[in-house]
Amino acid sequence: MTDRDLILNCENVVVDYDGFKALNNCNFSVYYNELRVVIGPNGAGKTTLLDVICGKTKPTSGKVVFGKGINLVGKNAEDIAKLGVGRKFQAPSVYSNLSVWQNLDLSVKRASKGVFPTLMGRSSPAERERIDEVLKTIGLSDHAHDRAGSMSHGQKQWLEIGMVILQDPSLLLVDEPVAGMSDKETEQTGRLLTALSEKQAIVVIEHDMDFVRQIARIVTVLAEGTVICEGTVETVQANDRVREIYLGRAKVAH
Amino acid sequence: MPEPVASQQNSRETVTFYLLGFIFLIVLPLLNVMPSEDSWLHVSDFRLNQFGKFLAFAVLALGLDLIWGYCGVLSLGQGVFFGFGAYCMGMYLSLQIGKESVYGSELPDFMVWTQVKELPLFWYPFKSFIGGFFGAMLVPMLFAAIFGFLAFRSRIKGVYFAIITQALAFAAWLVFNRNETRLGGTNGLTDFKQLLGFRLSDPSTQRGLYILTVLALASSYMLCRWIVASRAGKVLIAIRDSESRVTFSGYTPWMYKLFVFVVAAGLAGLSGMLYVPQVGIITPAQIGVLPSLEVVIWVAVGGRGTLIGAILGAVAVNYGRSVLTNYFPEAWPFILGGLFVVVVTMFPDGLVGMIRKLSERKKTHTPLIKAEGSTAA
Repeated sequence: MTDRDLILNCENVVVDYDGFKALNNCNFSVYYNELRVVIGPNGAGKTTLLDVICGKTKPTSGKVVFGKGINLVGKNAEDIAKLGVGRKFQAPSVYSNLSVWQNLDLSVKRASKGVFPTLMGRSSPAERERIDEVLKTIGLSDHAHDRAGSMSHGQKQWLEIGMVILQDPSLLLVDEPVAGMSDKETEQTGRLLTALSEKQAIVVIEHDMDFVRQIARIVTVLAEGTVICEGTVETVQANDRVREIYLGRAKVAH
Repeated sequence: MPEPVASQQNSRETVTFYLLGFIFLIVLPLLNVMPSEDSWLHVSDFRLNQFGKFLAFAVLALGLDLIWGYCGVLSLGQGVFFGFGAYCMGMYLSLQIGKESVYGSELPDFMVWTQVKELPLFWYPFKSFIGGFFGAMLVPMLFAAIFGFLAFRSRIKGVYFAIITQALAFAAWLVFNRNETRLGGTNGLTDFKQLLGFRLSDPSTQRGLYILTVLALASSYMLCRWIVASRAGKVLIAIRDSESRVTFSGYTPWMYKLFVFVVAAGLAGLSGMLYVPQVGIITPAQIGVLPSLEVVIWVAVGGRGTLIGAILGAVAVNYGRSVLTNYFPEAWPFILGGLFVVVVTMFPDGLVGMIRKLSERKKTHTPLIKAEGSTAA
């Protein structure tokens, strides 16, 4: 990786739910075009971290700097999405009563997403091409006109990833993409994310250690709302605190 | 890009639309004029007028279908917007009575007996037809814009929105009932004589109003169809399916809700405006909680989320009411309530869903609306 600039820098982020600190002075940064995996025990604050970045949760204190010095704290979710932060939720969240193609069409990045431009808007040939391309990437070309609600769990997850890709985000936040997927689907998802990381920075939250090993270069371990360790999968697994807090708690993932 | 399943349904809906248009616009008026009065084919003036009322209600139902069926926002206050439209037209018609009134005064009768000496200021715009016509649509739209802005911007959703719109319907009913509102109190506005010089008691005027209603309904349908077919229409469905996802795709859901809410209010106003000269009276009883709830039942029975369903539902339920109240006048509220329960539990896609199911028996059935997420029902 040549570009060593930070696309995201979270400094001393605190999220305080009536005394329970979901994030406690969390410092977390991501480089351009990096594929970063965040792991950690349940309740470590992984999803909260993504919520803070994409504007779903307002932090009690701290800074979230995106790209060239834009502070995301205090901005609402729509604006953060427009700035180029895409979010893929843990539970597949697609528009079940629209077709796969319509789901993607709605997600395409456009100059305005106001009511009247959208009312008049027609998809340009370039946009159609782009949608077809993404359909191929996520392997749903044959299902373009099926109801999204009739897709399998794995297909819905890919569809949502496709929707986020079409927003052209420079930072993609992906929450447990392979939960509930078959081994084959998991592997395909891994390849998809790896391919995507050539063009944009991706932060993936994951529990599945096999999957983490497949895709990860750098792993960040979160526990009790703060980063306790960062490094390659091997470094992280060798770390004593990680073993104690996370891996050692139930079973060591090998 | 074409949409195989949806386009098939669309073309079927278009055929239905033309078929209904042919029946209501050409066949019924012809059967009213042509056959002799004792022929079994003859449609009496009374029947035609009655259908005119039902079709006016269908415009109201279209609006609710747009906001509830497509966008998933249940409004229990559509009767209020209908009432605004109806009262605006009613005020114009009241001022057209002139010297023909019971007391021979230029003022409407109720003002004479409540001792109002001068025409209240807010009545002045309704001296002209232009005022009545535009007021009937703009007043409800403006009101919906303000109310909707406050409600949707504060992210009031689902059941909470339904409850505050119901409270709105109740409040409007109370306000319109008061004599101090200067809108005729409980008796409302009635005893209209003429519209633009045409005598309302004349069957040919009523026939004209009937045809205008059919045309207004057809235009409203095409407007709704255009909205629903546009990308914004897809955003409405997307909001119903997963509002948070819509936000993270860069859209602002409350603006879309506000937009359809205002359009629905405009349609409700149009509906009220068409209703008044055909029925000849508007009272607060037409705009309260119950009439607002009935609209929901029409749409549910017809099939929410299909525009043709809203029209079918409004006509079918109202026709059913006119027939059944002849035989069991007291039982109607129970029949209506029972119908709602049966439709919601057993036929969630309403009449249109049933028709679709019958015609696609061999194919696998995909529901029009799958109950998912926070759609308030």
